[in-house]
Amino acid sequence: MLSRIAESLYWIGRYLERAEDTSRLLDVQLHLSVEDPVVDARVSADRLLTVMGIDHDGTASEALVMRSLCHDADSPASIVSALKGARESARRSRETVSTEMWEAINTTWYAVQRGELAKVRPALAFRWVRERCAVITATADGTMSHDQGWYFLVLGRSLERIDMTARLVASAATGPHATAWSSTLRACGAHHAFVRGHHDQDSDSEAAEFLLLDRLFPRSIVHTLDTAMDALDRLTPPDRRGLPEDEVARTLGRARAELEYRTRGEVLLDLPERMAELQVTCALANAAISARYFEGAVAAEWQGGAQ
Amino acid sequence: MDTLFAGYAARERTFDEMFEAAPDELRPGYVDVHSRLTQMSPADVRGRADFLARIYAEQGVTFDIGGEERPFPLDIVPRLLDADTWASVEVGLTQRVRALERFLDDVYGPGDLFADGVMPRTVVTSSPHFHRVVAGLSPANGVRVHVSGIDLVRDGDGRFRVLEDNVRIPSGVSYVMTNRRALASALPEVFADHRIRPVRSYPAHLLAALRASAPSGVSDPTVVVLTPGVYNSAYFEHALLARMMGCRLVEGRDLVCQAGRVMVRTTTGLRPVHVIYRRVDDEFLDPVHFRGDSLLGCAGLVNAARAGNVTLANALGNGVADDKLVYTYVPDLIRYYLGEEPVLPNVDTWRLADPAHRAEVLDRLDELVLKPVDGSGGKGIVIGPAATAGQLSAVRARIQANPRGWIAQPVVQLSTVPTLIGGQLAPRHVDLRPFAVNDGSTVWVLPGGLTRVALGEGQLIVNSSQGGGSKDTWVLANHEGGDVEPTPAPRARPAAPSSVVHPQARSIAIEHSEHSQVEQQQQQQQQRVLPAIVPTREHLEDPC
Repeated sequence: MLSRIAESLYWIGRYLERAEDTSRLLDVQLHLSVEDPVVDARVSADRLLTVMGIDHDGTASEALVMRSLCHDADSPASIVSALKGARESARRSRETVSTEMWEAINTTWYAVQRGELAKVRPALAFRWVRERCAVITATADGTMSHDQGWYFLVLGRSLERIDMTARLVASAATGPHATAWSSTLRACGAHHAFVRGHHDQDSDSEAAEFLLLDRLFPRSIVHTLDTAMDALDRLTPPDRRGLPEDEVARTLGRARAELEYRTRGEVLLDLPERMAELQVTCALANAAISARYFEGAVAAEWQGGAQ
Repeated sequence: MDTLFAGYAARERTFDEMFEAAPDELRPGYVDVHSRLTQMSPADVRGRADFLARIYAEQGVTFDIGGEERPFPLDIVPRLLDADTWASVEVGLTQRVRALERFLDDVYGPGDLFADGVMPRTVVTSSPHFHRVVAGLSPANGVRVHVSGIDLVRDGDGRFRVLEDNVRIPSGVSYVMTNRRALASALPEVFADHRIRPVRSYPAHLLAALRASAPSGVSDPTVVVLTPGVYNSAYFEHALLARMMGCRLVEGRDLVCQAGRVMVRTTTGLRPVHVIYRRVDDEFLDPVHFRGDSLLGCAGLVNAARAGNVTLANALGNGVADDKLVYTYVPDLIRYYLGEEPVLPNVDTWRLADPAHRAEVLDRLDELVLKPVDGSGGKGIVIGPAATAGQLSAVRARIQANPRGWIAQPVVQLSTVPTLIGGQLAPRHVDLRPFAVNDGSTVWVLPGGLTRVALGEGQLIVNSSQGGGSKDTWVLANHEGGDVEPTPAPRARPAAPSSVVHPQARSIAIEHSEHSQVEQQQQQQQQRVLPAIVPTREHLEDPC
């Protein structure tokens, strides 16, 4: 697999996941501001922007949230720029992504470009983004060979999911109001699964544990870390003696151990700091993946006549 | 008459491919298409045209103009070519490709044509696309023109003529394939009426030709497609060809040259490459030999090709055959190398480097078409009758400053085909770019090719980069129920006795049939002689 193509596929995975998670997040935010009279719209907008790493000089408003996280193509955290990024990456690797997957991504992008996202009610727009992401992911799953390229796609998706979930959990842990955890569960699409599994213990620490540690729910951090490490193993089979040579595997494995082998009852302790660390872990893993697999894609420049 | 054709009037002194001179008189091939189109309601036809535009946008079948991606425009009315017309076009193209191959071999090899006075040496050496670094480089299986796209037009009598040669990196073949698929879903019932020769085997032919051109000793060559990148206007085509051939699509930065070998960077290290189907111009291919600021190529490619470790397709230096001054000599080249009369005539052309021609042309600038010799994509062309006085005086000054850089031709009224313009059918000028693939033993011509349409009324420049559209081009199979292949192709006539003929082709020129035996013997002799002309080490290391 070409380094450049591997990089494109990895980023398709990341961008699609970013678009989907952001739309989930905004959807919940929207519901909250409508349903809950206690919530101060200004404060919750401010918190959301901080969590997503968007600079704003104390002038947070719902309009700013919608612009910088949804419609503004120049804001790197927006749904529109994530979908654009996915489309550009797919265009760069067109001979590798399956035709059907390319068409699914391309039609999505054309709809966004035509302004369909801004035309409909926000709730409908968010649902549309989630559905398009589901269509693209499923088409990729069903029509791409599950070879190296596929695992780069999975790897990108998993890292982005860990990063986004960490941000969501951090925001819930700092949130002041009673509904913070249940809305975070909703934002992760985990509310239903959580209620079914934990119907008698609806507490904050149970919710946090579910989002961090549940081994069966596909958006929990531990499950996603597992998926990422599995993809890594497929890309480079590990040493039989089990010493992880690979910087990426080491980084992710350490993060998982930190989460999993913590004393019970301490789940909520230092949660915002730990989530911040997890985001750093994602950035480190990203850098290590680039160094290991994509470095070849750097253009060499010819120095004519140099001695 | 149906409203779609209402007011349809063929242009004067122009060959309309659907209607004879008198209106309502259809040419035989088009009867079924015409009756189907008139049976449909105009709204239905327009709806189908909209469908074409929409699926091209969704599938990303695009052409970039000035960095903007646009769906490639495809007209709803197909263009038809009957089996006999096509058979002679096929022979003419094959003949032309063979002559150009011989010409390039000669130019970068012994230079017999200069010695025999067929063409002055200065014509070649003054061409901007003649590269001395190619001298003495002989490709692995002798092929330099793996793919050609020779542009044809039909004059006022409906006769096909060659407008220009394209043996560097002709583009457009992907649209031939996508046009066929798209039109088949837009007009299924019209397809059902006809027996159309398929175009889907192009990638297989191309891949076979590329594999056949691999350096000797490589039994299972790795073929890659080299693209300038996503911002190139033909990026869609590069990706499509790579996908359909199952090859890697690489950019210059994916390649590394080490010790005269070319490799590609993968996630598991460097892997060797043997054949590069490159869609990057010579000038950008290798910063060591050509433009030092190019980021599109890879340093060391030319040396690797000269060392015989990698095959570049098409070969380096082919641009000299595309030069429009060389074009004026091609009929002579066909007579000289093949001992045959050209099957496809050129468009009459004045060589402006010749003082007598120049004087005449400068006298009648407002009646002629002026073309720069190294232009492509319709750039820089001045059409005298349509030009303003200012444009004419500008081109006059440029011709006087650099007469070698220009040629002049009479205005050829290209043939017209009905085209959907604003919901109505109107005659629009078309040309044809057929594609030929040379695998070293045969020259295979893709049935049909890309028909380009100038969408403005009376406009004559059809290039996609100038906003032209396209049509699906149907070559009809010959017989009902019978084989799909046409009847035995017509053979080219031997060259006129007065023409200069290369020694190897002389006997063929005298009399064709009687000498087929001699021809074979000669070929055998050539093959036996061949090892002696394979370049020796000294040749390879000599930079000029």
